[in-house]
Amino acid sequence: MKLIFEKSVKGRHSDLLPKCDVETVELPESLRRETAPALPELSEVDVSRHYTELNHRVHGVNCGFYPLGSCTMKYNPRIDEDMAALPGFAGVHPLAPAYAVEGCREVLDTAAKYLYELTGMQGMTFQPAAGAHGEFTGVLLIKQYHEKRGDTKRRRIIVPDSAHGTNPATAAMCGFEVVNIPSAPNGCVDLEALKAVLGEDTAGLMLTNPNTVGIFDENILEITRLVHEAGGLCYYDGANLNAVMGVVRPGDMGFDCIHMNLHKTFATPHGGGGPGACAVGCKDFLKEFLPASALMDEPGHIQVRAFAGNFLVVVRALSYLMSLGREGIPEAARNAVLNANYLMRRIQGSFDLAFDRVCMHEFVLDLSRFKKETGVSALDVAKSLIDYGMHPPTMYFPLIVHEALMLEPTETESKETLDWAADIFRALYELGYKDPAYMHEAPHAAQIGRPDEVRAARSPVLRWQKPEG
Amino acid sequence: MNFPTELKYTRSHEWLRMEGDVAVVGISDFAQDALGDVVFINLPQEGDETTAGESFGDVESVKAVSELICPVTGTICAVNEELFDAPEMLNQDPYGAWIIKVENITDTEDLLEAEDYEAFCANE
Repeated sequence: MKLIFEKSVKGRHSDLLPKCDVETVELPESLRRETAPALPELSEVDVSRHYTELNHRVHGVNCGFYPLGSCTMKYNPRIDEDMAALPGFAGVHPLAPAYAVEGCREVLDTAAKYLYELTGMQGMTFQPAAGAHGEFTGVLLIKQYHEKRGDTKRRRIIVPDSAHGTNPATAAMCGFEVVNIPSAPNGCVDLEALKAVLGEDTAGLMLTNPNTVGIFDENILEITRLVHEAGGLCYYDGANLNAVMGVVRPGDMGFDCIHMNLHKTFATPHGGGGPGACAVGCKDFLKEFLPASALMDEPGHIQVRAFAGNFLVVVRALSYLMSLGREGIPEAARNAVLNANYLMRRIQGSFDLAFDRVCMHEFVLDLSRFKKETGVSALDVAKSLIDYGMHPPTMYFPLIVHEALMLEPTETESKETLDWAADIFRALYELGYKDPAYMHEAPHAAQIGRPDEVRAARSPVLRWQKPEG
Repeated sequence: MNFPTELKYTRSHEWLRMEGDVAVVGISDFAQDALGDVVFINLPQEGDETTAGESFGDVESVKAVSELICPVTGTICAVNEELFDAPEMLNQDPYGAWIIKVENITDTEDLLEAEDYEAFCANE
């Protein structure tokens, strides 16, 4: 497929702009470019076909199974899109006067109220643009709290070695020193290791629960108590909230602040289909540090994004919350856990389980024995799945499991889909012993075969460059 | 897998060779195999101080980013700058591709002999 730049034909265009009806102004010479920018020149139909062709090459939740662990790729219900497309929401201007946006305000307030109920928090902002940005905002609450009390010796944030890479990155971005603690053999927090690093310099702990191997940490009350006793605060990474939403509340586990990825747990579109949005919640005593829009609310607060954040994503999340309701939300969480356990037990007997116990919403396969015996790596298996029209699971994460594949089917998949997926995993396990060479070369049926990831990382070509002349 | 007997090893998979008073540090064959293809390396500068048991840089492979742990406390007197352009040398020749040299050594981590290190790796 050609790049849009390569499809450009000089002089072709599709500008259907109305005649200018305001006075024209000349830019001062000093602000003008010397040469025209190298923009592609295409007709409208060329542009339309280009993006449709790209669309055909994409795999999304609407195309097939997408068990990308820790990402909660659940189906995005159409009714949420309908709500976000209502003209009163879609057409709202951020500078509209307060009396004209009362409905939008009510959406934010209602969504916050429902999320308080689900999380056990008392304050909330929807400003952050997505998960990592939400972590940054949440840890800034912890930072402001210690600063306001003049407790400046608290310079360290504790992060378990099973954490998402964004946790230590967030702590570092907020100016803290990161202290890594090893996990216990069961993948949970090692209490002795935690006790050993807690002290007067502890600002807080960042934790995902259920953790990144899909296990609910049974010592959670003890963990948050120990951190509080040392004078630190507890931050809940909501990446895995889907497993427990409506069943158990982070606030009751002892967490002081939390972020929720609306695009994971509350079924709004992910990544390129986004934008994302993140809700950061906190207990009462941290409310005064929450961000606010300097323009819309009172000044003097931190502000992490313009206005109220990605408002239309909050509309989708609220629509999801209201469609499922107080009973539907925990039922979705339970089904997510049931689906993960079903798929795990259907695959068991072929690839090894990293932890052979009841899992939460996701589980991890450990392919190190399989690789030793066949030479086929987790990467080869992941690439082979593409030939069956399945999106590969998360690979080589969490780091504490070697040759890891991490699967999260979500609650929206049927038993038929899970059986289909398990059969493919079992078939690939057999194939590894019969024809490993075939798997090293996979995928065979995809539009793009095996890209040279090493060369791409070592000498990346990051943008199109205009050919000389 | 190769475990040269003239080298000493850390439990975090670095090797160390003494050249007079200077310690030469690299990563082991086991480490490069576990990492997979190394695509980027982040290193300190000559003259920087290192501490035994603490990070002095990191390597990035197609799988993950891993810290490099220094087996000795001292002053860095040389950095293998060839690795910036050719990090694949760590995969191709892990015992030839040294990473840093350290002088003025005041402390050394508890190191393993080749035989013990090989046994340690078997359980990793």
